[in-house]
Amino acid sequence: MEERKNMIHLRGIKKRFFEGTENQIEVLKGIDLDVYEGEFVSIVGASGSGKSTLMNIIGALDRASEGTYILDGVNIGRANDDRLSHIRNKKIGFVFQTYNLIPRTNALKNVERPMLYAGTPKGERTKRAMELLELVEMQDRIKHNPDELSGGQKQRVAIARAMANRPAILLADEPTGALDSKTGRLIMDIFHRLNKEQSMTILLITHSPELAEETGRIFTLMDGEIIDERKGSLC
Amino acid sequence: MLIWENILLALSGLRANKMRAFLTMLGIIIGIGSVITIMTLGESVTDSFTSSMQSLGANNVTVAIQPKQDEEEMDGGMAFMAINSSAMPQDKDYITDEMISALRESYGEEMLGISISESAGDGRAENGKLYANVSVTGVNADYFLAGEPEILAGRMLTESELAGDKRLAVVSDKLVNNMFAGDMERAVGSTLEVTTGDSFYSYTVVGVYKYEMNLYNMYFGAEKDIRTTMYIPIGAARAATHSTAGYSSITAITAPGVDSTRFASRVERFLNAYYRNNRDYEVSAFSMESMVSEFTSVLGTIETAISVIAGISLLVGGIGVMNIMLVSITERTREIGTCKALGATNGSIRLQFIIEAVIICLIGGALGVALGVTAGSLASKALGFPASASIKSIVIALLFSMSIGVFFGYYPANKAANMDPINALRYE
Repeated sequence: MEERKNMIHLRGIKKRFFEGTENQIEVLKGIDLDVYEGEFVSIVGASGSGKSTLMNIIGALDRASEGTYILDGVNIGRANDDRLSHIRNKKIGFVFQTYNLIPRTNALKNVERPMLYAGTPKGERTKRAMELLELVEMQDRIKHNPDELSGGQKQRVAIARAMANRPAILLADEPTGALDSKTGRLIMDIFHRLNKEQSMTILLITHSPELAEETGRIFTLMDGEIIDERKGSLC
Repeated sequence: MLIWENILLALSGLRANKMRAFLTMLGIIIGIGSVITIMTLGESVTDSFTSSMQSLGANNVTVAIQPKQDEEEMDGGMAFMAINSSAMPQDKDYITDEMISALRESYGEEMLGISISESAGDGRAENGKLYANVSVTGVNADYFLAGEPEILAGRMLTESELAGDKRLAVVSDKLVNNMFAGDMERAVGSTLEVTTGDSFYSYTVVGVYKYEMNLYNMYFGAEKDIRTTMYIPIGAARAATHSTAGYSSITAITAPGVDSTRFASRVERFLNAYYRNNRDYEVSAFSMESMVSEFTSVLGTIETAISVIAGISLLVGGIGVMNIMLVSITERTREIGTCKALGATNGSIRLQFIIEAVIICLIGGALGVALGVTAGSLASKALGFPASASIKSIVIALLFSMSIGVFFGYYPANKAANMDPINALRYE
């Protein structure tokens, strides 16, 4: 596995809040993490373990206070806001627990949105969005607005949207957290399919040990440090 | 990201909240609407006033005699005496034929002629049992230089007739309606008995002219008893009024291209030479043009004042837009966070919300323009002016409402753009 392309490369990542004040706290205390192309890995941890903070940094929503982060060969370092936007747009596909589809905007337009920001021409955008919606078996509901879709359907649209700009990694934050177990299973199957068929690199953030068990490698986060790394059933 | 996509996004946002969008627009609608109403009304009044002034000859210089206002005599008891002594002009105070010929000689280049009209009084013309109100006016040939009324039957008085003192008359079609049941052929050649004050003369009708409504008659004339002008030769009028000394006012018809305001002051200086030794009277000359510009500037001041008030309502409307935009971005915090996660730059978020504010204001502005043009036209019609909407003010109103959108949309849009994506995504 080591000879494969390094997608996420974290070294000594620290994150402090309220820096320089009396209330300063260190949420991440030096994270080292490597994720390679085509891997399906998971990060587990209880709430307060620094999971969300780590995800925000990996997702280029936030900057680390210290350390090195190289995403698909691009040093995120101290990128400015516009650069971070660009990186999120091109390299990262977010799948949120709460779906976060754009309201009043149909499934097709939702999937097109990241391509809109990327400046993809209209025709190409629609074609790609249709393909992706077909991939998640949502081709029958492309004109439906989010409030006309069930939770599972929304999450499938969200996955299609995350794939829009062919990102380096899919970052899934508790993607089944708001779904019943049957629908959750369906979503997990989609991730497995994307991982196997498209060699999509997927980083799953969850508090559920069972879900984590399905992935290739499992990192356990506690008090801002990775305390355990083990292989899952996918290997 | 394309502007067009942003416009579609903004429209879908507005559709989702129609009532709120409309209420937000209301301030802009009322503001723009009142500005356009005032502009339309003002434009209509100005147009109509200017054209009626033009028909009277805006470039003409009117010279009239007026009591001297000697400053020394203005104070103390002397003033009282001065006014007393100059209450009525004497024969020596009138503008004489001699002065007129001198004026013609000296300023032949600057003017086309000197129009003189002398009122022989208002009165009643009778023919048998029927009557009509007339204003008997003696005119000279130059009087018609500024524009001859349209002759419907018979003919206009000839130059030599106007110079003479034969009792001939040209009457209006209104008079013919009242006295001859509209039969103009019968009217021409008939004799009218005209009583003005305590004098009584008879005039032979030679022609009928088409009566034009003007601003004055529109307001002060009743349809049935309307008083129309009866043109008679100037000599006949002088004979009727026993005034042989001269005229109280004359009008110089300015040649094209002559600055009438400056010409007026030259004429005034020229004629006042004759009044140097006159203790009581002098002449004053003014051009219609200066009256028009005075009127226009008064109207402009009124328009400005009302526009300022409308501007305040636009300001309030703009603040309303800003307020609702702030509410909107707070409501849509998560959506903004999501857009940022999907790769929207701060700039594109800012643009999206500015466009939304601009669209609210533009739609409001367009509705306001429609409202204003309608209200302004109705008001002009009700006041009897032909309505003329000002394209310039419509364009300015739309541009202005757009800039309100940009101005009042910028702060909320910027707030949205600068949201921290993490907090925005977590916002409940």
